[in-house]
Amino acid sequence: MPDASLKKKRPLWYNLSPVNLPLPGLISILHRISGAALFLLLFWLLGLFDASLASPDRFAAAKATAAHPFAKLVLLGLLWAFLHHLFAGIRFLFLDVHQGVDLPAARATSVGVLATSLVLTAVLGWALLW
Amino acid sequence: MVSRVVVGAHYGLGGWLVQRISAVVMAVYTIAFAVAFVAAKPLDHAGWKALFSPGWMRVATLLFFVSLFLHAWVGMRDILMDYIKPTGLRLALEVAVILTLVGYAGWAFQILWRI
Repeated sequence: MPDASLKKKRPLWYNLSPVNLPLPGLISILHRISGAALFLLLFWLLGLFDASLASPDRFAAAKATAAHPFAKLVLLGLLWAFLHHLFAGIRFLFLDVHQGVDLPAARATSVGVLATSLVLTAVLGWALLW
Repeated sequence: MVSRVVVGAHYGLGGWLVQRISAVVMAVYTIAFAVAFVAAKPLDHAGWKALFSPGWMRVATLLFFVSLFLHAWVGMRDILMDYIKPTGLRLALEVAVILTLVGYAGWAFQILWRI
Protein backbone atom coordinates (compact mmCIF):
# COMPACT_ATOMS: atom_id res chain seq x y z
CA MET A 1 0.00 0.00 0.00
CA PRO A 2 1.36 3.45 -0.86
CA ASP A 3 2.34 5.51 2.10
CA ALA A 4 -0.26 8.28 2.46
CA SER A 5 1.95 10.39 4.70
CA LEU A 6 4.45 10.86 1.86
CA LYS A 7 1.79 12.19 -0.42
CA LYS A 8 0.53 14.66 2.17
CA LYS A 9 3.89 16.41 2.27
CA ARG A 10 3.56 17.49 -1.34
CA PRO A 11 4.04 19.91 -2.91
CA LEU A 12 7.48 20.68 -1.56
CA TRP A 13 8.43 24.32 -1.37
CA TYR A 14 12.13 24.94 -1.56
CA ASN A 15 13.36 28.37 -0.70
CA LEU A 16 15.48 29.24 -3.70
CA SER A 17 16.23 32.84 -2.81
CA PRO A 18 19.97 33.58 -3.15
CA VAL A 19 20.10 34.67 0.49
CA ASN A 20 19.49 31.07 1.54
CA LEU A 21 21.78 29.50 -1.03
CA PRO A 22 24.76 27.54 0.26
CA LEU A 23 28.00 29.48 -0.21
CA PRO A 24 29.15 27.68 -3.41
CA GLY A 25 25.68 28.34 -4.86
CA LEU A 26 26.00 32.03 -4.03
CA ILE A 27 29.38 32.15 -5.81
CA SER A 28 27.75 30.48 -8.82
CA ILE A 29 24.76 32.83 -9.16
CA LEU A 30 26.98 35.87 -8.57
CA HIS A 31 29.23 34.56 -11.35
CA ARG A 32 26.24 34.57 -13.68
CA ILE A 33 24.97 37.98 -12.54
CA SER A 34 28.43 39.57 -12.80
CA GLY A 35 28.90 38.11 -16.28
CA ALA A 36 25.54 39.43 -17.46
CA ALA A 37 26.28 42.87 -15.98
CA LEU A 38 29.65 43.01 -17.73
CA PHE A 39 28.03 42.08 -21.04
CA LEU A 40 25.23 44.64 -20.66
CA LEU A 41 27.63 47.50 -19.87
CA LEU A 42 30.27 46.46 -22.42
CA PHE A 43 28.94 49.15 -24.76
CA TRP A 44 29.80 51.86 -22.28
CA LEU A 45 33.21 50.38 -21.43
CA LEU A 46 34.17 50.08 -25.10
CA GLY A 47 33.02 53.68 -25.59
CA LEU A 48 35.30 54.85 -22.77
CA PHE A 49 38.19 52.78 -24.15
CA ASP A 50 37.58 54.21 -27.62
CA ALA A 51 37.56 57.78 -26.35
CA SER A 52 40.61 57.26 -24.13
CA LEU A 53 42.74 56.31 -27.13
CA ALA A 54 41.19 58.60 -29.77
CA SER A 55 42.70 62.01 -28.90
CA PRO A 56 43.87 64.06 -25.91
CA ASP A 57 40.53 65.92 -25.91
CA ARG A 58 38.43 62.79 -25.91
CA PHE A 59 40.78 61.24 -23.32
CA ALA A 60 40.05 64.20 -21.05
CA ALA A 61 36.32 63.90 -21.75
CA ALA A 62 36.36 60.17 -20.90
CA LYS A 63 38.29 60.95 -17.73
CA ALA A 64 35.71 63.58 -16.77
CA THR A 65 32.87 61.13 -17.44
CA ALA A 66 34.54 58.49 -15.27
CA ALA A 67 35.10 61.05 -12.51
CA HIS A 68 31.36 61.66 -12.02
CA PRO A 69 30.30 60.16 -8.65
CA PHE A 70 27.59 58.01 -10.25
CA ALA A 71 30.00 56.77 -12.94
CA LYS A 72 32.52 55.95 -10.22
CA LEU A 73 29.91 53.86 -8.45
CA VAL A 74 29.06 51.99 -11.65
CA LEU A 75 32.76 51.48 -12.42
CA LEU A 76 33.34 50.20 -8.89
CA GLY A 77 30.46 47.74 -9.40
CA LEU A 78 31.93 46.63 -12.72
CA LEU A 79 35.36 46.27 -11.14
CA TRP A 80 33.82 43.95 -8.55
CA ALA A 81 31.90 42.10 -11.30
CA PHE A 82 35.12 41.57 -13.25
CA LEU A 83 37.13 40.42 -10.22
CA HIS A 84 34.39 38.15 -8.90
CA HIS A 85 33.87 36.66 -12.37
CA LEU A 86 37.63 36.12 -12.73
CA PHE A 87 38.21 34.45 -9.35
CA ALA A 88 34.99 32.40 -9.40
CA GLY A 89 35.93 31.37 -12.95
CA ILE A 90 39.38 30.20 -11.82
CA ARG A 91 37.63 28.20 -9.07
CA PHE A 92 35.34 26.60 -11.67
CA LEU A 93 38.35 25.65 -13.80
CA PHE A 94 39.77 23.78 -10.80
CA LEU A 95 36.40 22.10 -10.25
CA ASP A 96 36.54 21.03 -13.94
CA VAL A 97 39.64 18.98 -13.17
CA HIS A 98 38.10 17.67 -9.91
CA GLN A 99 40.17 19.81 -7.57
CA GLY A 100 38.43 21.08 -4.44
CA VAL A 101 35.12 19.32 -5.01
CA ASP A 102 34.63 17.98 -1.48
CA LEU A 103 32.43 20.08 0.79
CA PRO A 104 35.01 21.63 3.17
CA ALA A 105 37.27 22.60 0.25
CA ALA A 106 34.32 23.90 -1.80
CA ARG A 107 33.23 26.08 1.12
CA ALA A 108 36.74 27.32 1.83
CA THR A 109 37.42 28.28 -1.79
CA SER A 110 34.01 29.99 -1.95
CA VAL A 111 34.94 32.19 1.00
CA GLY A 112 38.29 32.79 -0.69
CA VAL A 113 36.66 33.93 -3.95
CA LEU A 114 34.15 36.18 -2.19
CA ALA A 115 36.73 37.78 0.12
CA THR A 116 39.51 38.18 -2.49
CA SER A 117 37.26 39.88 -5.01
CA LEU A 118 35.75 42.23 -2.41
CA VAL A 119 39.12 43.20 -0.91
CA LEU A 120 40.74 43.68 -4.35
CA THR A 121 37.72 45.76 -5.45
CA ALA A 122 38.27 48.04 -2.46
CA VAL A 123 42.04 48.29 -3.00
CA LEU A 124 41.97 48.75 -6.80
CA GLY A 125 38.88 50.97 -6.61
CA TRP A 126 40.70 53.23 -4.18
CA ALA A 127 43.89 53.26 -6.29
CA LEU A 128 42.24 53.78 -9.69
CA LEU A 129 38.98 55.64 -9.07
CA TRP A 130 39.73 57.87 -6.10
CA MET B 1 25.68 -7.84 -34.29
CA VAL B 2 24.31 -4.36 -34.24
CA SER B 3 26.72 -1.73 -35.33
CA ARG B 4 25.70 1.74 -34.46
CA VAL B 5 27.40 5.04 -34.95
CA VAL B 6 26.95 6.96 -31.74
CA VAL B 7 26.58 10.65 -32.37
CA GLY B 8 25.31 13.59 -30.44
CA ALA B 9 26.95 12.95 -27.08
CA HIS B 10 29.29 15.85 -27.71
CA TYR B 11 26.61 18.47 -28.29
CA GLY B 12 27.64 21.56 -26.42
CA LEU B 13 31.24 20.46 -25.97
CA GLY B 14 32.45 23.06 -28.46
CA GLY B 15 30.87 25.91 -26.52
CA TRP B 16 32.11 24.50 -23.22
CA LEU B 17 35.66 24.34 -24.56
CA VAL B 18 35.52 27.80 -26.15
CA GLN B 19 34.33 29.21 -22.82
CA ARG B 20 37.29 27.66 -20.96
CA ILE B 21 39.98 28.51 -23.51
CA SER B 22 38.80 32.11 -23.90
CA ALA B 23 38.71 32.41 -20.10
CA VAL B 24 42.34 31.34 -19.81
CA VAL B 25 43.39 33.76 -22.59
CA MET B 26 41.65 36.64 -20.78
CA ALA B 27 43.13 35.69 -17.40
CA VAL B 28 46.66 35.59 -18.86
CA TYR B 29 46.11 38.94 -20.65
CA THR B 30 44.78 40.49 -17.44
CA ILE B 31 47.98 39.59 -15.58
CA ALA B 32 50.21 40.75 -18.46
CA PHE B 33 48.24 44.00 -18.76
CA ALA B 34 48.45 44.64 -15.01
CA VAL B 35 52.25 44.19 -15.14
CA ALA B 36 52.58 46.45 -18.21
CA PHE B 37 50.29 49.06 -16.62
CA VAL B 38 52.19 49.17 -13.33
CA ALA B 39 55.54 49.29 -15.20
CA ALA B 40 54.44 52.17 -17.45
CA LYS B 41 52.16 54.02 -14.99
CA PRO B 42 50.44 55.99 -17.77
CA LEU B 43 49.01 59.22 -16.38
CA ASP B 44 47.99 61.10 -19.52
CA HIS B 45 46.75 60.41 -23.04
CA ALA B 46 50.28 60.14 -24.47
CA GLY B 47 51.36 57.55 -21.91
CA TRP B 48 48.11 55.57 -22.27
CA LYS B 49 48.48 55.60 -26.06
CA ALA B 50 52.13 54.53 -25.83
CA LEU B 51 51.05 51.50 -23.79
CA PHE B 52 48.98 50.26 -26.73
CA SER B 53 51.25 51.31 -29.58
CA PRO B 54 53.61 48.27 -29.79
CA GLY B 55 52.36 45.81 -32.41
CA TRP B 56 52.41 42.84 -30.00
CA MET B 57 50.34 44.78 -27.46
CA ARG B 58 47.69 45.50 -30.10
CA VAL B 59 47.63 41.87 -31.19
CA ALA B 60 47.44 40.69 -27.55
CA THR B 61 44.64 43.17 -26.82
CA LEU B 62 42.75 42.09 -29.94
CA LEU B 63 43.12 38.45 -28.83
CA PHE B 64 41.70 39.50 -25.45
CA PHE B 65 38.72 41.18 -27.13
CA VAL B 66 38.04 38.25 -29.46
CA SER B 67 38.18 35.89 -26.43
CA LEU B 68 35.88 38.26 -24.54
CA PHE B 69 33.29 38.27 -27.33
CA LEU B 70 33.38 34.47 -27.79
CA HIS B 71 33.13 34.05 -24.01
CA ALA B 72 30.23 36.49 -23.81
CA TRP B 73 28.44 34.60 -26.56
CA VAL B 74 28.64 31.24 -24.73
CA GLY B 75 27.62 32.84 -21.42
CA MET B 76 24.72 34.82 -22.87
CA ARG B 77 23.54 31.78 -24.84
CA ASP B 78 23.51 29.78 -21.57
CA ILE B 79 21.55 32.51 -19.79
CA LEU B 80 19.03 32.82 -22.65
CA MET B 81 18.58 29.03 -22.81
CA ASP B 82 17.87 28.96 -19.06
CA TYR B 83 15.42 31.85 -18.74
CA ILE B 84 13.82 32.58 -22.13
CA LYS B 85 11.44 29.75 -22.93
CA PRO B 86 9.57 30.98 -26.07
CA THR B 87 11.71 29.77 -28.98
CA GLY B 88 11.06 32.76 -31.24
CA LEU B 89 11.98 35.31 -28.60
CA ARG B 90 15.08 33.35 -27.61
CA LEU B 91 16.21 33.10 -31.21
CA ALA B 92 15.67 36.83 -31.70
CA LEU B 93 17.69 37.65 -28.57
CA GLU B 94 20.45 35.22 -29.58
CA VAL B 95 20.70 36.88 -32.99
CA ALA B 96 20.79 40.29 -31.29
CA VAL B 97 23.65 39.14 -29.03
CA ILE B 98 25.61 37.71 -31.98
CA LEU B 99 25.20 40.84 -34.09
CA THR B 100 26.15 43.04 -31.14
CA LEU B 101 29.29 41.02 -30.44
CA VAL B 102 30.37 40.91 -34.10
CA GLY B 103 29.86 44.68 -34.20
CA TYR B 104 31.95 45.06 -31.03
CA ALA B 105 34.73 43.01 -32.65
CA GLY B 106 34.84 45.44 -35.59
CA TRP B 107 34.76 48.38 -33.18
CA ALA B 108 37.60 46.95 -31.07
CA PHE B 109 39.74 46.39 -34.17
CA GLN B 110 39.11 49.98 -35.25
CA ILE B 111 40.03 51.36 -31.82
CA LEU B 112 43.31 49.46 -31.72
CA TRP B 113 44.48 50.07 -35.30
CA ARG B 114 43.58 53.73 -35.42
CA ILE B 115 46.18 54.53 -32.76
